[in-house]
Amino acid sequence: MAKWIAAVLMSLALCAHADEDLDKRAAALEEELRCLVCQNQTIADSHAGLAADLRREVREQLAQGKSEQEVLDFMVQRYGDFVLYRPPVKRTTWLLWFGPLLLLVAGAALLVLRLRAGRSRAAGPQPSEEELQRARALLDNDKEQP
Amino acid sequence: MKRFILPLGVFVALLGFLWVGLRLNPREVPSPLIDKPAPAFALAQLHLPERQIGTRDMAGQVWILNVWASWCVACRQEHPVLMEMARMKLAPIVGLNYKDARDEGIANLQRAGDPYVVSAFDQDGRVGIDYGVYGVPETFVIDKRGVIRYKQIGILTPEIVTGTLVPLIAKLNQEGGNG
Repeated sequence: MAKWIAAVLMSLALCAHADEDLDKRAAALEEELRCLVCQNQTIADSHAGLAADLRREVREQLAQGKSEQEVLDFMVQRYGDFVLYRPPVKRTTWLLWFGPLLLLVAGAALLVLRLRAGRSRAAGPQPSEEELQRARALLDNDKEQP
Repeated sequence: MKRFILPLGVFVALLGFLWVGLRLNPREVPSPLIDKPAPAFALAQLHLPERQIGTRDMAGQVWILNVWASWCVACRQEHPVLMEMARMKLAPIVGLNYKDARDEGIANLQRAGDPYVVSAFDQDGRVGIDYGVYGVPETFVIDKRGVIRYKQIGILTPEIVTGTLVPLIAKLNQEGGNG
């Protein structure tokens, strides 16, 4: 009898563990998906009817043993890339992904150019030996006078 | 003078982006389903639950799928346009009664008129998900080969019907069924 009870408890614990695991995976995936009704929320946050349906869909598909990627593909097939909170890197999104980098590079290039221009202006023509001697003489005069 | 040109250029470019951005409609998400086969479904009919209606019944002809619900306020606004389309006999319109209560859906059609050749009853919204529905009403035009050729998110207006749907459906009707 005790064995039976132990077996039942064990399987219950295993089920609970599997459920917890599934909950975690589903919750993580729900954070990745945009609710199209209220576009600035994930389906995890949204109370829209559609979000609830999509949460159900995510959970069911994971329970059926589908991978995260398969569930995401299912959503993209129906709602497009827009449903993903992290847009994929592809030709149409290159500007989105690399635009900031492009701006940074352009800004850095501009900065370097300006600094160089400034330095060569500051350097200007070097004074000749004669001019330096005159300057020194003037400075020395200044010191002796008082 | 020259040093003002760059900031001014940046400002004008920014203004241009903002101007275009303001005029885009973020609700109109381009559907990935255009030019893809319409997802197959077979659902109980709204009026006759024991009978089914599905994509197979509509194969070989140009048809319109209109997603609607009795709880959807915009659908009421769209309804006269659908009635007009039914009168014009543009193409058979199949209703997809989306996440509705059966009696309320039927009562709605009795009260306001029924533009649909038949309505499918999608109680849990699964067919809606397959069609990427997120803003009822939505309308799909499906060609003879069962390919989605047009999707309208939100209400159909008389302008859309005469300007887009009429020429599109005329063109689709001329296309071959298997070509």
